[in-house]
Amino acid sequence: MKFPLILLTILQLHSITQPGNENLIEKACTSTPNYALCISTVAADPQSAAAANMEEIGLILVEAVKGKAEEALSTIKEMKPTSPEYRAALEDCRDAYETVMMADVPEAVTALTRGVPKFAEFGMKDTAWEAEICDRRIGMVAEKGTLRDVNKCVQELATVACGIIRSLL
Amino acid sequence: MGVGFGSRKRSASIVVSLVSFLLISLIPFTAGRPISRGAALGVSEKVVRLGDLNFPWTNAALLWERTSFHFQPSKNWMNDPNGPLYYNGWYHLFYQYNTEAAVWGTITWGHAISRDLIHWFHLPYGMVPDHSYDVNGVWTGSATLLPDGRIVMLYTGSTNDGRQVQCLAFPANLSDPLLLRWVKHPANPVLTPPPGIGYTDFRDPSTAWLTPGGDKWRIVIGSKVKKTGVALVYETADFVDYKLLDGYLHEVPGTGMWECIDFYPVRLDSGYGSDTSANGPGFKHVLKASLDDDKHDYYALGTYDEESNRWTPDDPALDVGIGLRYDYGEYYASKTFYDQKKKRRILWGWIRETDAERVDVIKGWASVQSIPRTVVIDRKTRANLLQWPVEEVESLRGESFEFKDVMLEPGSILPLHIDSASQLDIEASFEIEEGDAAAIFVDSGYNCTTSGGAASRGLLGPFGIVVLAYKELSELTPIYFYIAKKPNGNLEYHFCADESRSSKALDVSSPVYGSSVPVQKGEKLTIRSLVDHSIVESFAQGGRRVITSRVYPTQAFDEPSKILLFNNATSAKVKATVKMWKMKSAGIRDFFSLNQAL
Repeated sequence: MKFPLILLTILQLHSITQPGNENLIEKACTSTPNYALCISTVAADPQSAAAANMEEIGLILVEAVKGKAEEALSTIKEMKPTSPEYRAALEDCRDAYETVMMADVPEAVTALTRGVPKFAEFGMKDTAWEAEICDRRIGMVAEKGTLRDVNKCVQELATVACGIIRSLL
Repeated sequence: MGVGFGSRKRSASIVVSLVSFLLISLIPFTAGRPISRGAALGVSEKVVRLGDLNFPWTNAALLWERTSFHFQPSKNWMNDPNGPLYYNGWYHLFYQYNTEAAVWGTITWGHAISRDLIHWFHLPYGMVPDHSYDVNGVWTGSATLLPDGRIVMLYTGSTNDGRQVQCLAFPANLSDPLLLRWVKHPANPVLTPPPGIGYTDFRDPSTAWLTPGGDKWRIVIGSKVKKTGVALVYETADFVDYKLLDGYLHEVPGTGMWECIDFYPVRLDSGYGSDTSANGPGFKHVLKASLDDDKHDYYALGTYDEESNRWTPDDPALDVGIGLRYDYGEYYASKTFYDQKKKRRILWGWIRETDAERVDVIKGWASVQSIPRTVVIDRKTRANLLQWPVEEVESLRGESFEFKDVMLEPGSILPLHIDSASQLDIEASFEIEEGDAAAIFVDSGYNCTTSGGAASRGLLGPFGIVVLAYKELSELTPIYFYIAKKPNGNLEYHFCADESRSSKALDVSSPVYGSSVPVQKGEKLTIRSLVDHSIVESFAQGGRRVITSRVYPTQAFDEPSKILLFNNATSAKVKATVKMWKMKSAGIRDFFSLNQAL
């Protein structure tokens, strides 16, 4: 457990966290299955210094998930399918991430800001599921690639978001 | 007309068993190992199958998913049932509704009416988010019918600054039997979160009940203090001014936020329901909460002391949140009301979709309500409730098919020949002969949810029915009993619904649901199952345990879908009797057609 404390101290030295606020971030991230990813995601968001409660930390994670989903969509746009199966898989992936952008993320944001975290959990669980489904589909036609990496990131981030959200239930 | 199996010759049943056994060997019962997404994502795991990855949804398959006799709006998202009541010849249902999308969002109250709880008519919205105190959502609430004929509706408003408050509304015109328009009280919000309660931990006011003096009313609102679920009670004479009573009606540590609390009396000696204010020596009180943590509805039987305003569970080991559930499948935010016309307590429950949101967006809709259920105490056990679909659902029964005393040898499966199996009311009963297992063995620790489903064979089970099955059994949904034998020789019965192979699609959940079920001496094992396209509601032992499942087959729909009997036990012979009816559609539609002015 020494490493996370060191990490936090370094972050604080860089004024990335505010005094008092790092307890909140520490508490938030220890409730997730990927502490390091949580800390680095929060640290990367300029809003994190002002985060005053767990809901706001949750919103930071949801925003990060949204960013990754956008990255997935632009990755998909640039991919050139070499077969009908590949094209079909890409379309499914696009559908999946458009759902994340249009339904899951707005649902999570609305739920967190209105104090019904249950619906935010639904949104982030589904996001991880959509990313997993896309990955299964694309995995059949492409063993490696940027999209597969992004899928994995989305799943991991959504899982972290879920951890924070569950602590609000 | 179905083929009655009746009393066939033994030789025929041997042939059937042999053929069936051969079929069983060919069936890939373990096709596709479920892959868990891990406990990190929360208590209820969605198990995603590594099935046929190239199978896309057809329009036909998706259109088929809409139910024919369950309540659902024509499109978009629905969640909790709200303010159910019977008034002036009509049953009313309100519900949480998103006017914009097939996912939860800013919520409006939808409204529908029915003469018989089955044939529903959609009405214009009941209440919309148009005041600062509910602009972020007109959330869940309950109706109270006052003795003088007035109706009071209390509901939670999500305010413009993200707080949860309670609000009062009443019909604009009590002589309008449709109760179309509702007026929000100028004093709103009538309740704001009290000291010590989080401003987003305060929602879902209940129906009111009279105080011992008969001059005031009490309501209960759920909340949490750290991880303890609590029930706050307020007293009021006019529903505008309230006094928070000391202490809690009840609390249970570790259960988290209590949503949609319901609190009502049940009579010990009667099959009838009671008005919410009833109390006395012949009554028990049910306290129910929807647990935010695990998305299940829990209830417990207990005693309510009106003077001290305390409820005590009969069995603290089965307290609210740690004991019995209304339903062991997908079922949440349930709410009862007293039907004074037929003197019944009726239960509504919200049934979510269990497919990926992407499919809901394509479908354009999400969620249905359960068939309303009567709720009474189980007079045999006195330790649980019995739920049963309202008898009015039987008005949809059409052509019937009967199969009497069908012998199912160990390892057999038997199709029941009817031409279409998407809309069915099935009543099945089973008797077992233990066979060689009678004296020797023991296996306990069976749990439906971790069992691996109907493919996991034991000496005395599983056996039951299979619904929404495709002809090669590439998709099937078994609903079954499993009997385990305890070290002391007693039998332990389990009732399960196995969705692990219900669909080849990647984007549907496939858990195995279920629980143990008490079976009394001399009772046959019974299942009643209402199959209505993508929803199956199954009742064991007259409603002692209930499982609601969502099923989304890619092939087992419309004409090809089958229903079968099966006995996957390795030792027990099972005798089954089945009666089933094809169910007509309830024809749910708008009350006002487009060319009719309001």
